[in-house]
Amino acid sequence: MTLAPELKDTSPEKLLAPVLSAFWDEDKSWTLDVYKRHEGYEGLRKALAMSPDDLIAYVKDSGLRGRGGAGFPTGMKWQFIPQGDGKPHYLVVNADESEPGTCKDIPLLFANPHSLIEGMIIACYAIRSSHAFIYLRGEVVPVLRRLHSAVSEAYAAGYLGQNILGSGLDLDITVHAGAGAYICGEETALLDSLEGRRGQPRLRPPFPAVAGLYACPTVVNNVESIASVPAILHRGKDWFRSMGSEKSPGFTLYSLSGHVASPGQYEAPLGITLRQLLEMSGGMRPGHRLKFWTPGGSSTPMFTEEHLDVPLDYEGVGAAGSMLGTKALQCFDETTCVVRAVTRWTEFYAHESCGKCTPCREGTYWLVQLLRDIEAGKGVMSDLDKLNDIADNINGKSFCALGDGAASPIFSSLKYFREEYEQHITGRGCPFDPAKSTVWADSRTEVNA
Amino acid sequence: MTTSSSERGVSLGMPELPAPAYPDDVRARLETDAREIIARYPDSRSALLPLLHLVQAEEGHVTRTGMRFCADVLELTTAEVTAVATFYTMYRRKPSGDYQVGVCTNTLCAVMGGDAIFTELQEHLGVGNGETTDDGKVTLEHIECNAACDFAPVVMVNWEFFDNQTPATAKRLVDDLRAGRPVEPTRGAPLCTFKETARILAGFPDERPGAVEASGGAGPASLVGLRLARGETAPARVVHPREGASQDRDSAPQDRGAHEPSPSEHLSSHDAPQDTSASDPAHPAGPAAEEGE
Repeated sequence: MTLAPELKDTSPEKLLAPVLSAFWDEDKSWTLDVYKRHEGYEGLRKALAMSPDDLIAYVKDSGLRGRGGAGFPTGMKWQFIPQGDGKPHYLVVNADESEPGTCKDIPLLFANPHSLIEGMIIACYAIRSSHAFIYLRGEVVPVLRRLHSAVSEAYAAGYLGQNILGSGLDLDITVHAGAGAYICGEETALLDSLEGRRGQPRLRPPFPAVAGLYACPTVVNNVESIASVPAILHRGKDWFRSMGSEKSPGFTLYSLSGHVASPGQYEAPLGITLRQLLEMSGGMRPGHRLKFWTPGGSSTPMFTEEHLDVPLDYEGVGAAGSMLGTKALQCFDETTCVVRAVTRWTEFYAHESCGKCTPCREGTYWLVQLLRDIEAGKGVMSDLDKLNDIADNINGKSFCALGDGAASPIFSSLKYFREEYEQHITGRGCPFDPAKSTVWADSRTEVNA
Repeated sequence: MTTSSSERGVSLGMPELPAPAYPDDVRARLETDAREIIARYPDSRSALLPLLHLVQAEEGHVTRTGMRFCADVLELTTAEVTAVATFYTMYRRKPSGDYQVGVCTNTLCAVMGGDAIFTELQEHLGVGNGETTDDGKVTLEHIECNAACDFAPVVMVNWEFFDNQTPATAKRLVDDLRAGRPVEPTRGAPLCTFKETARILAGFPDERPGAVEASGGAGPASLVGLRLARGETAPARVVHPREGASQDRDSAPQDRGAHEPSPSEHLSSHDAPQDTSASDPAHPAGPAAEEGE
């Protein structure tokens, strides 16, 4: 297994560490049989042999941090659940993967849903919960099918239901399909949505650990976080800590997309760099250069070529002025207009703003108006400061992070590409040809040549 | 866009009569399903989103009758149900096609070709965003990021994945759908109708033989890292449907000039309040019919 010091080695065999993705290419990888052949449900046996409190301490000691964006320590989240309070406790898995660029949980659930179910059983044993939910975004029916099937297999095999593996643990899992709302990826909006309401975020405190689903103590975890738990139990926390760094230990899924030669999922120890990922995978598409990229979805401030060597872990990306987020590495080359990209993201935030908080609802609207004008060559120079000002009035001034996410591409693109905005204004339009940035642009040129 | 109630001369001060109920046999059948859905949750109201999927599976969109049904079985007001139904984009508010074709036009897919695909499909089908072809087969929409960026540009049909599309493959896809030719997603099961899809979303597993297994395991892009980690040589270029690329030349977007948002898209037009099904004159459950009675 890859150890941190070996990261100097540049071969993919050394740099990558497939754990969750280790058997995705196997026939019927999503079934219980194949999962068990790959030591599936072994972590659960080890967990059930521990006391719930010891189990929480073990996961905490492993250093596992949330893979959904914020990076909060998973074990600590579990520990916050008050015990002996006489209330039901709930586990809710956030499978509402909707952050632009993010595409890790959906392939994970499509190819290996049992890793999530095993992790959920372990988590529920730890927090003393007998009912857990998977909140899956509705727009991914192929994944919904496999979750329905995996849950039903788990019931039939005695991993769900009454007295699981003779442990005395009872657990039911409900698979719940959402109905199309990015905001429901925010944990408190997700809880409102799961309660049958409009998905609008709640003011915190109280935090979900105290008053979550039906005002009961609730853990909300990302799919990948929970799916990582069985391997930690089965192979040990020391094995887990042997990957990544002291503060960001373990393995994770990096999703490479955009103008790269080989877009896809790359599971590696935390701390790998984009340069390493690009070097092993064929780099940018032939004849093009990296212009800008996001480390973890559109809500994380964008990076440029100068950030190729930033270690992609929580601290490394944070120190460079962005956030690790969901490790959605969207790479855009020099054919891409940054104003177009940011305008589209901002339209997305305006569309998805739930409308609860005025700064986000109104601010995103006005950002879109200004950006569309600039993109169409109808902007004026003072618009650029106005963009910054409006983004500043959204950032940190609403209940949830959607508004902060909307401000990120504005701030970061103005920081690195202000000249390009100015060109749109002075040149009265966009200097880029969108046809050149399509995937088929270059093959067409060759054919035409 | 359908006309608003004020444009049709309906008095805004006129309170709406309650929506008609489902016929008894339909209601009885749906109540059985509803009980099963409600039993999944500790609190009945949690069943509202799946119930809205259920009534959409019945009628193809969420009608006032459907919302009244949800309100009845959950002991909510129709206002409470309407507030929820209008918040989520997957609930349709007017009759639409058997196949919902959604083109991702969020930044990454848009840049990689989603914008071109969406533009060409609009021209090819002669419909705009959210509109349905005359034969009632295809409803075209632009959608937001669908968590498949490593397969960009992505098109969804009834929420099954059609990865790595080009304008040519997308046009062939909609032609096949309209002609009734079988269409298979790159990831997902052979297509069922929009109504049947909505029933799966309500939490009733797809019982068709082979539906879960269809299209196999992880898609090619999902396996790129795994193959590299095993020391298998990297594929030179990962699976884009090149067979479609050469045919693309003729159908390339004509306008290669500056990217300009179309006037109809301007001013956040996509964010304007949509009509609810209540103001759809074509629907018999709407107030127009009741007032005429």
